[in-house]
Amino acid sequence: MIATGAASTSSAVKAQALMELKLTLRRGESVLLTFLIPIVLLAFFSQVDVFTDANEDRITSLFPGILALAIMSTSFVSIAIATGFERQMGVLKRLGATPLTRRALMVAKTCAVVVVQLIQMVVLGVEALLLGFRFDGADIALALVGAVLATIAFAGLGLLMAGSLPALTTLAAANGLYLLLLLISGMVIPLDQLPEFLQSLAAILPSGALTELFNGSIGTTTLDFQPFLVLALWAGATPLLAAKWFRWE
Amino acid sequence: MPVIEVSNLSIAYGDIRAVTNLSFTANSGEVLAVLGPNGAGKTSTVECLEGYRRPTTGEVRVLGLDPIADHALLVPQIGVMLQTGGVYPGIRVLEALELFGSFYSDPANPNELLERVGLTHRRTSTWRQLSGGEQQRLSLALALIGKPQVAFLDEPTAGIDLQGRQLVRTIVRELAEQGTCVVLTTHDLDEAERVCDRVLIIDKGHLITVGTPGELMAAGGSREIRFGAPAGIDVAALGKAMLAAVHEHSPGEYVVDIDPSPSNIAALTNWLAEMDLPLADIRAGRQSLEDVFMRMTAITGEIPAVKIERAPQGTSRNRQPRTRRRAGDQ
Repeated sequence: MIATGAASTSSAVKAQALMELKLTLRRGESVLLTFLIPIVLLAFFSQVDVFTDANEDRITSLFPGILALAIMSTSFVSIAIATGFERQMGVLKRLGATPLTRRALMVAKTCAVVVVQLIQMVVLGVEALLLGFRFDGADIALALVGAVLATIAFAGLGLLMAGSLPALTTLAAANGLYLLLLLISGMVIPLDQLPEFLQSLAAILPSGALTELFNGSIGTTTLDFQPFLVLALWAGATPLLAAKWFRWE
Repeated sequence: MPVIEVSNLSIAYGDIRAVTNLSFTANSGEVLAVLGPNGAGKTSTVECLEGYRRPTTGEVRVLGLDPIADHALLVPQIGVMLQTGGVYPGIRVLEALELFGSFYSDPANPNELLERVGLTHRRTSTWRQLSGGEQQRLSLALALIGKPQVAFLDEPTAGIDLQGRQLVRTIVRELAEQGTCVVLTTHDLDEAERVCDRVLIIDKGHLITVGTPGELMAAGGSREIRFGAPAGIDVAALGKAMLAAVHEHSPGEYVVDIDPSPSNIAALTNWLAEMDLPLADIRAGRQSLEDVFMRMTAITGEIPAVKIERAPQGTSRNRQPRTRRRAGDQ
């Protein structure tokens, strides 16, 4: 039911989602994180032998991890930082006194994230093609399932941090975690080059599971059930924790 | 039916009681000022009305609705201006108004509203590029974009320049004339006196008094004449001439304990004329709201942590600008 004086939910969500998207693409650090870093990493490590042998097919092993990194940067770091500052600046509080419901705000934020991710996938996909990646045997549907689960899990984690920590702490912690997860999840550095305990840790992290899932669905490794399970558990847990601990002001 | 009804409202944060047993009403077309020192419970009270806070005990109704239980029904009818912030740092002025407008079925025209608050020339600037005063203007415009029946303005003129203050006051009066109920918090007494129909003074969460500025200023202030003249005049001699006690209550500020009848005022001015003393200003009968406020909040004990904002030309002789105008009227 729409209260008298309120616009329809769909038009409010549409306006809010478009604005979220515009503001995201306008923030320099957000563009750096979600586009420039993955693009540069993909180009650099596919051309230079750092972690791989000279005769290995570098782009094939690298692209799935970079794609996972891109998903993580949008759904985790970008959401955490933006929401943390919106909370600190009273934006969420102010929106709470408008007819835009919290649910509509969450839907709008999700739409904006999904659109950024679609742009990322297209841009990185084209780049990978140009660098010689072959999508021949790729199972796009399975990869999408993984992307959706990971997005839910990461967004929950990002909102949990944004809603319970001061904005600057969230900023630092999200960037720190981003770097850490980038290093230990097999996104850039192949897992087999890491110590064994880090390999076991990566398997139960959402970032590690997503990388493994992408490697299996669009890369060349065999895919088993475990990364789906890990991602599903994270996707089930973090939104609940965020809902419990999130403070709007 | 009153637009706002607050009965026996108490708000506690843990052991700290922010508001105690507060009751008041406000009607459409009325400007109500909630006045009090910092930490008096003004914002807590208004946030209960806006639905941000749950009363610990007591009841609040806005347009007959419970601000929390009926949140979805109420928000389209109210406009809110927070004390600070509330806007995306990177959003442009016009974008912000258009975005907020899109949440309402019949929003005001964003460009007209920008014109009204004097921000047309800044419409492509982002929030973070605006000065403090300009941010206040945009916040006010955002509070009005949904054509609210009730507007809650928390410190609307804090940090805004003199011109901006005048503009805010004009807009507040216009809103009231169009039938909007405006509730504003302030610690600026001058502002309360100028724009409000009724003033609610609270201190440490307790209601001190409520009434029109005229009522509050008239109450208890009838038996004295205050005037400004050079410091150090012979108060004993003046007292003899007036047959009343005279105090120099601060250098150059005098109080005569006598009924401010026209003949007594004439006697005073005659004496000053005989002594060839210039009269800076004279005030009789009415106290300023500031006097009322200081007296009222002093009743509750400690000196209130009040911050009284003044026009830039204000000096330590704080009533001068206003009283001079009054003296000229006589």
